[in-house]
Amino acid sequence: MKKNWWKILTVLLLVFTVAVGMLSDVPRLAILNETIRNLYFHVPMWFGMILILLVSVVYSIKYLRKPSIKNDIIAHEAAKVGILFGVLGIVTGMEWAKFTWGEYWSNDPKQNGAAIGLLIYFAYLVLRSSFAEQQQRARISAVYNIFAFAALIPLLFILPRLTDSLHPGNGGNPGFNAYDLDSSLRLVFYPAVLGWTLLGIWIVNVKSRFEILRQRIYENV
Amino acid sequence: MLFKEVIYLMQKDFLLEWRQKYAFNGMLLYVSSTVFVCYLSFGLRSNALQVPVWNALFWIILLFTSVNAIAKSFMQENRGRLLYFYSIVSPQGIILAKILYNACLMLVLALICFVFYAFVLGNPVQDIPMFLLSILLGAIGFSTSLTMISGIASKAANSSTLMAVLSFPVIVPMLLMLIKMSKNAMDGLERAASLDELLTLLAINMIVVTVSYILFPYLWRS
Repeated sequence: MKKNWWKILTVLLLVFTVAVGMLSDVPRLAILNETIRNLYFHVPMWFGMILILLVSVVYSIKYLRKPSIKNDIIAHEAAKVGILFGVLGIVTGMEWAKFTWGEYWSNDPKQNGAAIGLLIYFAYLVLRSSFAEQQQRARISAVYNIFAFAALIPLLFILPRLTDSLHPGNGGNPGFNAYDLDSSLRLVFYPAVLGWTLLGIWIVNVKSRFEILRQRIYENV
Repeated sequence: MLFKEVIYLMQKDFLLEWRQKYAFNGMLLYVSSTVFVCYLSFGLRSNALQVPVWNALFWIILLFTSVNAIAKSFMQENRGRLLYFYSIVSPQGIILAKILYNACLMLVLALICFVFYAFVLGNPVQDIPMFLLSILLGAIGFSTSLTMISGIASKAANSSTLMAVLSFPVIVPMLLMLIKMSKNAMDGLERAASLDELLTLLAINMIVVTVSYILFPYLWRS
């Protein structure tokens, strides 16, 4: 029970996010209107995705330093959950973009960056599936994972700042804080980020434990 | 020590290339036929292509050329030779030598491609030295990121498909910067306008080379 406090926290935070996020008062802004509630669902997906992909890279580095099946499985599962968050982020973002920018896909540098990031991790999965031998698969995909993450950093953090973007905080648009991200929004936004990220870590945790157990059973058969 | 290894390995690559003339001539034919196919399929006389289209087409041709040229860098080595290298030289030496060799190869190919392309499809470039600089950076950038990818792909079973799948997403940031920089050169903007792109490209190259330098030993071991 003592070790599980963060799971309870996750559930509480998410219940809080959904309930208060849907019901509380939000500032009325032109164009945005009620869609600003998407802030609690769309933006945390990206925070969660980047953090979970970081977990994946860290475990890949760990694998290269000390090869063990456990590190490889965690890196793999974390990459998959990162992809899940990325897809959800893109879907919620497209929905939001339809109502505010008028188009599902408006060639925005951040949208494109996100799509390319997903392509990189799909390539990672394809690479994994093309090896039969486990040790080789683990090592080479760890190498690719680290390499791709290094290439992803300029894509996500440097390029959007050099070009114009419809997203807040870029190319002359008001920054995130300049929006009236007033205290009522913050009150839900920060718990939402924490809650969704913890949920992702929870999924990684469960899935990798399951996978490790399955490997053990296969070994004994 | 490392420096000497790199020089020797590069010498070996150039010598092999000179004796076989297999990769180079093949790629030369690839470039010229691609350019010619573009010329025919657009079906136009020279100078009729719009500037952005000209630019994008040029970089796409270069991208495919470099993926094909660099994919060979590890696949053409046979097992025995790799084992031999494994026993006498350090992995860092190998990756640096391959990157430098590929950069030279790509530079020559890109220059030939540019001359032929400009000859066939017209040359709207206004600031040629700047455009050549972007070609130089492009050659270096493509070779740094694709060399490592080709090392990864050569370990897998279906390496030629994998090469494309793995490399395109990784190379996109570089390609975007290059296209923007060469567009500036084509429009003859003042050179300070491209400084941002230039610095970002150099930074990306540094990151990629450092990461390859660190990671290649792990790849090499298998």
